[in-house]
Amino acid sequence: MSIDVAIVGGGPAGLTAAADLAARGLEVVVLERESAAGGIPRHSDHLGYGIRDLRTVLTGPAYARRLVQSAIAAGAQIRTETMVTGWAGQRTLETTSPRGRERIESGAVILATGARERPRSARLIPGDRPSGVYTTGHLQNAVTLAHRTVGSRAVIVGAELVSYSAVLTLRHGGCHTVLMTTEHHRPESYTAFTTAARAGLGVKVATRTRVVRIVGSPALRAVEIENLDTGARRTVDCDTLVLTGDWVPDHELARSAGLDMDRRSLGPLVDTALRTSRPGVFAIGNLVHPVDTADAAALDGRHVAAHVLAHLDGRSRPAGGVRLLAEAPLRWVSPAILPPDDPAPPRGRLLAWTDTLVRFPTVVVRQDEVVLARRRLPWPASPGRIFRIPAAVVAAADPDGGTVTVSLS
Amino acid sequence: MTADYDVAVIGAGIVGSAIARELAGHQLSVALVDACDDVGDGTSKANTAILHTGFDAKPATLESRLVRRGYRLLSDYAAPTGIPIERTGAILVAWDAEQLATLPALKDQAAANEYHRCELVDAATVYQRLPHLGPGALGGLTVPDESIICTWTVNLALATDAVNRGATLLLGHRVESVDTASPRTTLHTTAGPVTAGWVINAAGLGADHIDGQFGYSRFTVTPRRGELIVYDKLARRLVDTIVLPVPTSRGKGVLISPTIYGNVMLGPTSEDLTDPTATGTTQQGLKSLLDKGSRLMPELLDEEITATYAGLRAAIDRADYLIDADPAQRYLLVGGIRSTGLTAGMAIAEHVLGLLREAGLQPEPVAALPDPPRMPNLGEAFTRPYQDSGAIGADPSYGRIVCFCERVTEGELRDACRSMIAPPGIDGLRRRTRVMNGRCQGFFCGAEVQSIFEALR
Repeated sequence: MSIDVAIVGGGPAGLTAAADLAARGLEVVVLERESAAGGIPRHSDHLGYGIRDLRTVLTGPAYARRLVQSAIAAGAQIRTETMVTGWAGQRTLETTSPRGRERIESGAVILATGARERPRSARLIPGDRPSGVYTTGHLQNAVTLAHRTVGSRAVIVGAELVSYSAVLTLRHGGCHTVLMTTEHHRPESYTAFTTAARAGLGVKVATRTRVVRIVGSPALRAVEIENLDTGARRTVDCDTLVLTGDWVPDHELARSAGLDMDRRSLGPLVDTALRTSRPGVFAIGNLVHPVDTADAAALDGRHVAAHVLAHLDGRSRPAGGVRLLAEAPLRWVSPAILPPDDPAPPRGRLLAWTDTLVRFPTVVVRQDEVVLARRRLPWPASPGRIFRIPAAVVAAADPDGGTVTVSLS
Repeated sequence: MTADYDVAVIGAGIVGSAIARELAGHQLSVALVDACDDVGDGTSKANTAILHTGFDAKPATLESRLVRRGYRLLSDYAAPTGIPIERTGAILVAWDAEQLATLPALKDQAAANEYHRCELVDAATVYQRLPHLGPGALGGLTVPDESIICTWTVNLALATDAVNRGATLLLGHRVESVDTASPRTTLHTTAGPVTAGWVINAAGLGADHIDGQFGYSRFTVTPRRGELIVYDKLARRLVDTIVLPVPTSRGKGVLISPTIYGNVMLGPTSEDLTDPTATGTTQQGLKSLLDKGSRLMPELLDEEITATYAGLRAAIDRADYLIDADPAQRYLLVGGIRSTGLTAGMAIAEHVLGLLREAGLQPEPVAALPDPPRMPNLGEAFTRPYQDSGAIGADPSYGRIVCFCERVTEGELRDACRSMIAPPGIDGLRRRTRVMNGRCQGFFCGAEVQSIFEALR
């Protein structure tokens, strides 16, 4: 089959792009490998969704349903249980579904495959391999969608937004969180969450702490934790361990296409129009900035629509562009290419990820050893969540100049 | 009533399963007894999954002969059963003068093991074959017929074949003591007594314990822990040949190998333990692998890690297999079978039958044997159901991908649960289908796989 736009991934970003493009009269197909579209919010059964994009506050499942309904109402086709398994051309996708194998040719492809949390193995946490060890995704799928119970005493690795989402899910499943650990000096989440969790849920956070051993066979019995400063170790009894955060983009399709990749974020390199290195292939959402909140990811979908239309109208991506590079303590910045045709990034913001807490950050932008901008921001740069930088700081970049660096002081 | 058999084989790993299959092809009643609730749940499940030519065996040993023979037998058996094998070849890479000087002797050793296709190659050739190898390689020795294989499918095919031929599989039967009163031997197991004329000890890590029950104290099994890191499939572009270390006086390094599932493996470490249940990974072990890997293939360390494992090898204090019949007690020991047992298993089974014949057991072959079982393909290089339009057309459940990372379909999960030797739990399902073995380790599919499994069992 041949269509205008194929969107890979039916999460908030993909669905929002689908609704916008279908409303402009294009033939749009969303390819979703799960049995229902909606993405991660489907199994995050608590409030906090839809604030920036829908100007309302919904639970994750309600938000997911709303995005699906909007896409369908706009005329997009959503194909569930349909997994894109590879490429058969520049913008031709191979899929498998219960209906068979298919090739889908399209005028434009939008990759919206999202991100996943690193599992225990990828974090190199040693020890036994018992049951009872989860990522947040696994946990929430089990509790929210499959209505399963987990244990009764949980340790959570991480203290960022998703970690508190895990606390709520565990509580819903009748499991008490006895400890959260973070390698940072302070919890990564907003103070409001941390305080509420301590007061309302009785959750303690052990800072500067990592899990160094998993104990138990066949079921989890305990974890051994270590204080990073003193080296002191102790054992915490638990039957549930949830590994939260530490996001890695689901970049398999992007890499198998041979797209230019960002070695820091591990997502495909995109410019401010969310164009990848292959003409007509776009990348949006947490695939390119692992991870922002669902509403912000969704707004990428709205942003990309005009650029997809421009591509379909035959306006090609201009050659060249200036590379943006994050410098410590920033790990990555996205979008990381300023194209010569100079569209603004989504919401007029550059997104960045910091490895250490900077409470009163000043953003410093340099090109060819000249400081282009120095701007004090009123919000902190905290590990575990996106740091937003007004795109105006790169407005003075010379499109014919060298790499532009972004750092904090 | 006590179950009574002509032969009881203790241990349903690759070696025990191969023996049970061989014997069940004769006019014998055979029991295959294992302590675990699944086949291949001991040393067989976590070896390096290499089909060895035997080029580096100690010449003129039983191991050398059986590995050579086993390589041919298993290669032939793989065709009808669908056990995936990729003939990747191997290169031993020399990183210092001592290792380089060792290579010609290894080539001679290969020849003494009747393997004549090794070639000495210079550094340029090494880098041509392995462009992503770290700097500093001085030369190498090629072993074109070393291959990668699915160890889980080998074990399951042999055990399934044994059962199809009439062997009785007794899982969850841990042998606690042995009563050797003539003319029948009784194994007292955690699930009741099992009586047999002959007992074959292929108990791997527990072989010395069983041997003691027959009055022997001829060897000690030392659990040797090997830790492994499995890298993401996206790393597979870096290496399509097994990279072997050169053994020297300062010990053996680690290897890098493509896996039959399309990943890349780095390992194993080697650490002697006393606890035969210590299959956990360690901080030191993983760190040492990363150190070695960063020199062998720096780019590999940039890729995501999919899994870490620790497997145990049954090391014994002698340099050869220890296969010995005791006709007076109608007892036969198959001990000291290290990681080469994956390759040698079917040849060990032939050898065991020969020893039983010498000891006076003269079973007639069964005239009409069932065909070998056709196993589901777990090999990445061969067609899998999600890629097979015909299969999906006939049964849409082969188009319903449940595990996205490994692309395992609902139809395959169902088939595994309905197979002759069904998985007792999720770990068994993983070894039969690859489900949840991929990069997300259950982030997306873990809950659904559990639900599907519970509905099917």
